[in-house]
Amino acid sequence: MNPHESAAGTNYLNAELGLRSWLLTKDHKRIAILYLLSVSFFFLVGGLFAMMIRLELLTPAGDLMEHDTYNHVFSAHGIIMVFFFLIPAIPAILGNFLIPIMIGAKDLAFPKLNLLSWYLYMFAGTMALTALLMGGVDTGWTFYPPYSSNFSHSNVVLVGIAVFINGFSGILTGLNFLVTIHRMRAPGMTWFRLPLFVWSQYATSLIFVLGTPVIAITLLLLVGERLFHIGVFDPSLGGDPVLFQHLFWFYSHPAVYIMILPSMAVISELIACFSRKRIFGYNMVAFSSIAIAVLGFLVWGHHMFVSSQSVYAGTVFSLLTMLVAIPSAIKVFNWSFTLYQGSVSLETPMLYALGFIGLFTIGGLTGVFLGTLGFDVHVTDTYFVVAHFHYVMVGGTLMGYLGGLHFWWPKMTGRKYPEFWGKLSALLVFVGFNLTFFPQFILGYLGMPRRYHVYPPEWQVLNVMSSAGASVLAVGFILPACYFLWSLKYGEIAGRNPWRAKGLEWEVPSPPPTFNFEVPPVVTEEAYNYAGGLEPRPTGLASAKTH
Amino acid sequence: MESALTTAEPTHLAHQFDSLEQQQQTATLGMWFFLAQEILFFGGLFMTYLLYRWRDPQAFQAGSYTLDIRFGMTNTLVLIASSFTMAMAVRSAQTDRIKALVRYLVATGFFGVTFLCIKYVEYSDKWHHHHVPGPLFHFAGPMGQRAEVFFSMYFAMTGMHALHMIIGLGLLIWLLSGALRGRYSARYYNPIECFGLYWHFVDIIWIFLFPLFYLIGRHYHGVA
Repeated sequence: MNPHESAAGTNYLNAELGLRSWLLTKDHKRIAILYLLSVSFFFLVGGLFAMMIRLELLTPAGDLMEHDTYNHVFSAHGIIMVFFFLIPAIPAILGNFLIPIMIGAKDLAFPKLNLLSWYLYMFAGTMALTALLMGGVDTGWTFYPPYSSNFSHSNVVLVGIAVFINGFSGILTGLNFLVTIHRMRAPGMTWFRLPLFVWSQYATSLIFVLGTPVIAITLLLLVGERLFHIGVFDPSLGGDPVLFQHLFWFYSHPAVYIMILPSMAVISELIACFSRKRIFGYNMVAFSSIAIAVLGFLVWGHHMFVSSQSVYAGTVFSLLTMLVAIPSAIKVFNWSFTLYQGSVSLETPMLYALGFIGLFTIGGLTGVFLGTLGFDVHVTDTYFVVAHFHYVMVGGTLMGYLGGLHFWWPKMTGRKYPEFWGKLSALLVFVGFNLTFFPQFILGYLGMPRRYHVYPPEWQVLNVMSSAGASVLAVGFILPACYFLWSLKYGEIAGRNPWRAKGLEWEVPSPPPTFNFEVPPVVTEEAYNYAGGLEPRPTGLASAKTH
Repeated sequence: MESALTTAEPTHLAHQFDSLEQQQQTATLGMWFFLAQEILFFGGLFMTYLLYRWRDPQAFQAGSYTLDIRFGMTNTLVLIASSFTMAMAVRSAQTDRIKALVRYLVATGFFGVTFLCIKYVEYSDKWHHHHVPGPLFHFAGPMGQRAEVFFSMYFAMTGMHALHMIIGLGLLIWLLSGALRGRYSARYYNPIECFGLYWHFVDIIWIFLFPLFYLIGRHYHGVA
């Protein structure tokens, strides 16, 4: 192990050695690292499928693969990215690592359950990969019947069970977070002294616990239908395929907020630290997270404007969808006001945060377009939709994830990453991302449907731009992987608080000891008290026992 | 906090908690969140049931009439009895009567097994009458295949409920072996309490399943 700077010399990384100590660990920080490795692996797999999609779409003809292969490829991309990367990424890695430390606890409420979540995730992931190797599925990530009913000859059962099991990994993680935030806070850590990261993770966990079981039972019924001919969704067995869509989106729309809320959690921390100001309107930002979680359960019908839903239902869902824009806009405005007259510095995490605000705004506003009943009918199942959710999922979630990873990397490993390369990769990600997905808005508006491997030649220029952008994006993702690994050995020693940030996690050594705190903390001040008289502590070795 | 550590029984206090009281509250809250998750899990099934019943009430009435209300009623009483013994088990643990705790846990398990045996008799009856959905499904009378969706819901919902019973019985055996080894006392009975919450929840699901499948619409049979 590297000679990390730490008060007692031992930390969570070198307290115990050997593979066994990692695979049987109950330490939330080690489990976060396990997730980091496995989630990164699935991101790589999902990314490879994305590259195959973009390669195929480089030319109008279907010259790289058959249409059937293409169906399998985009299904694999969607399933891996949504269920095995986007949903677990920030909660299971950053949330796991940070929530107990941020609230002043020694660990999560249920450490064994936390480890079980990881094993469920790995088991499900292995199962999904096995299914892909056996030929995969061609249903898209949404598993709509009749694509997924008995007409389909692909591995729906295996992938369905994998997503089912993975759902329970998420449910248990969410449950663990909820209970931890309720019961494990340090003395003085009141609800309104919690960092906004914790508020947003709380909202996310609510969706995990209340939404995921619905998709779990839905997929179980789907599997039951294929294995035992229980007729629920297959019309020939007396079922209704549209019911599947209702049940699926009742979870999967809130699941979109499982993906974006943790990213918003990260952004609040980054904006406060690099503006050196308390977040403007703390209470409103906190409540807006809860509002997004609650409203998220009421808008699933906007995925079904063209699925035989009545016009009246469509109008109501359209209206409710607009309401989600309010708490989302509150966040964006409050982050912007935090910047105003702040002492803004542009380190790598802040570049990601600012990128997030811009891209999420575009993604969010096009969400309002799509929530508008009339416009949505025009662009349903076109690349406009694809571009919209990639602006939210990649421009939002992934930017937040990368920003957070850079921000807390020194805390997790005790080493700094090289700032120049960090800024360069942030720039590449931003440019590559926009080049990839902005043309898709135009393509979609022109009418290019999603999920087709051929298209008319007049759309080639825009598709080539998109594929070129995807290559830039890939470089932007590979770079951090390289310099993060490099920094483990050669990075500058970070010290407790390299960013001079506020929050309990910056008062413990980097990397933190196994039980996080040398002395049980007592909290006496609000979050983000950057103006609190005390000059921020200098980087490095200064002893930090203010409590 | 240091003092709390010294007063608590070190064997039962996990490292992440400051006191046994905090540990108990935390575990109980976790169980409640888990039950919230369970409600949504069954909620998908209830939603599906409602939709299909609303769509074809006559088929549901016809299907419902083939279920034997005597079995359903007996099972309801058996589960209510098991809920009572489970509540008494928790009470016994709270008042430190460990022998009574063991007896009540055994009684709870007995009722649980009885329920599953009766369910088995009902299922095999359905099997013999070709009322199990699938290629062999056959339903005599004017409803014909329309009744299949009723039986789909019947097997999906009671099956999922029975699965919860089986998991519960597994947990019960684990608690029972702990109780026999003197693991629980008035100071530490949290696992019993949490299991009790789970067991009552599973019973309540049945309290809804019984009228939905056995009772509603029975008196229409002559008309249909």
